Amino acid sequence: MGRAVTGWLLARALRMPESVAALDPDAWNAVIAMARAEQMIGTLAWRLDGVVVPASVARILDDARASAAQGQVVALWEAEVARRMLAPLDVRLVLLNGTAFAVGEMRAGVGRSIGDPDILVSRDRIDAVEAALLAAGWESVEPDPYDAANHRTWMYARSPLIHRDRARRIDLHHAILPPTARITPDPAALLADVVEIAPGMFGLSPNDRLVHVAAHLFAGGDLAGGMRTLWDVHCLVAEFGSDGLEVRARNHALEHAVARALRLAEALYGDARRVTLVDRLYLHRVTARDGWGRPTRPVTRMAFSVRSHWLRMPPGLLVRYLSAKWLKGGGGPSSA
Amino acid sequence: MPSCAGMPLYRMARPETLAILRIDGFTAVYHRASGLTHLLAAPAPEILAALGEAGLTRAALLAKLRPDTAFGDGDEKNADEDRLGALLDELVATGLVACERAG
Amino acid sequence: MRHVFSVRIGPVGFRIGSDWRAPIAQLERLYADYPAPHAGVADFSVQLFAARPWRRLIRPRVMIGGDYTLPEAPPLPLAQGLLAVEMGMDLQMALGQRRYLLLRAAVVARDGQAVMLTGASGSGKSTLAALLSLRGWRLMGDEFALLDPITGMLHAFPRLVRLKNDGIAAVAAEVPERRLGPMLPGTPDGAIRHLIPDATTVAAMDTPATPALILFPSFGLARAERDVAQSEVFVRLTQASINYPALGERGFAALGGLVKAVPARAIDYPDTESAIDQVEAAWAAL
Repeated sequence: MGRAVTGWLLARALRMPESVAALDPDAWNAVIAMARAEQMIGTLAWRLDGVVVPASVARILDDARASAAQGQVVALWEAEVARRMLAPLDVRLVLLNGTAFAVGEMRAGVGRSIGDPDILVSRDRIDAVEAALLAAGWESVEPDPYDAANHRTWMYARSPLIHRDRARRIDLHHAILPPTARITPDPAALLADVVEIAPGMFGLSPNDRLVHVAAHLFAGGDLAGGMRTLWDVHCLVAEFGSDGLEVRARNHALEHAVARALRLAEALYGDARRVTLVDRLYLHRVTARDGWGRPTRPVTRMAFSVRSHWLRMPPGLLVRYLSAKWLKGGGGPSSA
Repeated sequence: MPSCAGMPLYRMARPETLAILRIDGFTAVYHRASGLTHLLAAPAPEILAALGEAGLTRAALLAKLRPDTAFGDGDEKNADEDRLGALLDELVATGLVACERAG
Repeated sequence: MRHVFSVRIGPVGFRIGSDWRAPIAQLERLYADYPAPHAGVADFSVQLFAARPWRRLIRPRVMIGGDYTLPEAPPLPLAQGLLAVEMGMDLQMALGQRRYLLLRAAVVARDGQAVMLTGASGSGKSTLAALLSLRGWRLMGDEFALLDPITGMLHAFPRLVRLKNDGIAAVAAEVPERRLGPMLPGTPDGAIRHLIPDATTVAAMDTPATPALILFPSFGLARAERDVAQSEVFVRLTQASINYPALGERGFAALGGLVKAVPARAIDYPDTESAIDQVEAAWAAL
């Protein structure tokens, strides 16, 4: 095989589906494990639809396509139920992330494994929305008052709500990053520009979608799941272009993050263009998986985890949060 | 839970959205739109069958059901309509029944 | 993953990696007669790893990883590495199996016709299945029944049979030592020992069987049998199914087909001898 086994193996398969003809069984085992670890097995399966692969691989990919499809049925139904709940309140259902991609039948949603819906609501309506959901059979997941209060003040969402019959979950957000973070996309601006992505269902505008994804990838997250997020970026840009993106990103003070996201997505999945030295560090981190799909290069990972946690909460608050957790007998920060 | 107030029409969900299996004493329904399986006991399956695609108002449904099912005679009329209404609301929440304004 | 073992059990290929040699050596002996995954590509991978590098040597504790994981799963002592592998495989099947409808049941077959012994983990179905396999029945599996939604046939998944406590002695009395795995005392479920399925079972593992009888055995009660109504069977089997929701309509159709076509009986049994007798009687009555 000759190539080092890293996430680049998966990236190549996604970028050039025909290239999988060169994969031997060990390489296939690695690609499949990595794809699953990145929650991208459905995406890979659709990219390889129609490409000749060994019979045992074809079975795995068939199953992955069917599995993704069923997952989407369930997720889309949750969005529909939420839409019905919100309609009498005259609140638009604004979906975020994968749910929006699937509902809007975007390329980024093809074969994607969709989790529970994330909904964006303006801060002044979020109480009413939460009340309506609670009345309709959802229950709040954090009965511990410490955790619930903590969640409201410091995070950017309410406690997750789980429906008592269907055991499905909805996350309500009034911003897409905590107000205590150092860089915060303006939620009012996001809400003002939403577009209808399906009858009665709304999502962020195309440029705002990219801003959101970039914000989470760098300013908020620790690059976990980076390969999938960058695939989202790649698909969104391919489908919707990037007209006016730079200006919009600047409005949210995220132009550097967005520009970097575009470069990284191009490097992984497109025609590699100019990448900076720092870009290489990010790419190194994002592709840090072995032939079993496990994250490698722990030193790099810890450095990124520490950095992103810092971005999420100003240091004083961070200390307070952790101390209280310690006193309660919970664990400290996980190090790995 | 927003219920359909006024004089709404209740319809069974479009047939292509349901897979129905009649087992003794139960009807198992797979609802394609939600991916959920519902096990319905009397009078729910009878309600679905009675509503059909054309749809009925609550009163018309009650009249149609009365001779055959658990809904009692004239003395219990209001209680029965309420019970029926509650059952219909549940079915609407699951998506097995759609309700819309009549006329 | 320094040490690797690959094996196919029925239609499912596993790739197992381990930070320690010992569990792999055990797998090599116990699964010696089993084939490799089709074309070398595994359906699932399982990893046994040390949470910290020094945990590989000092009071080694085995963390279970894989394509599909439950992060909260507690680690096991290295001596119980075989159980870690088993749990890892179970997790992959439970969380990742999308082709076959999985039901918690032991399955034995005769002349191409299969009997399902439905029951949760630890309900005694493994011991029952093992003893039946020593009395002329082909063992198709002791933990999972694999129902093909397209054909309605049951596919064999004959992993090592997991015997517990009294069941160990009952089976050990009837088989040579070489057919048994190591004794594993002190697990949360008590003592565990594995039985290696016989050569015929392994050789026949790619041959599906037609489901002919569904049994709901209950241990510890006075001997009794009754028919089970289809509606009750449907409900109990959805509860016994691990991946029913994930299969969507295919799962619904497969289960419905099974319930309508196959008779079901509940059997209460006071001891295994009685159980075996009752299974044979129910079979004869078909």
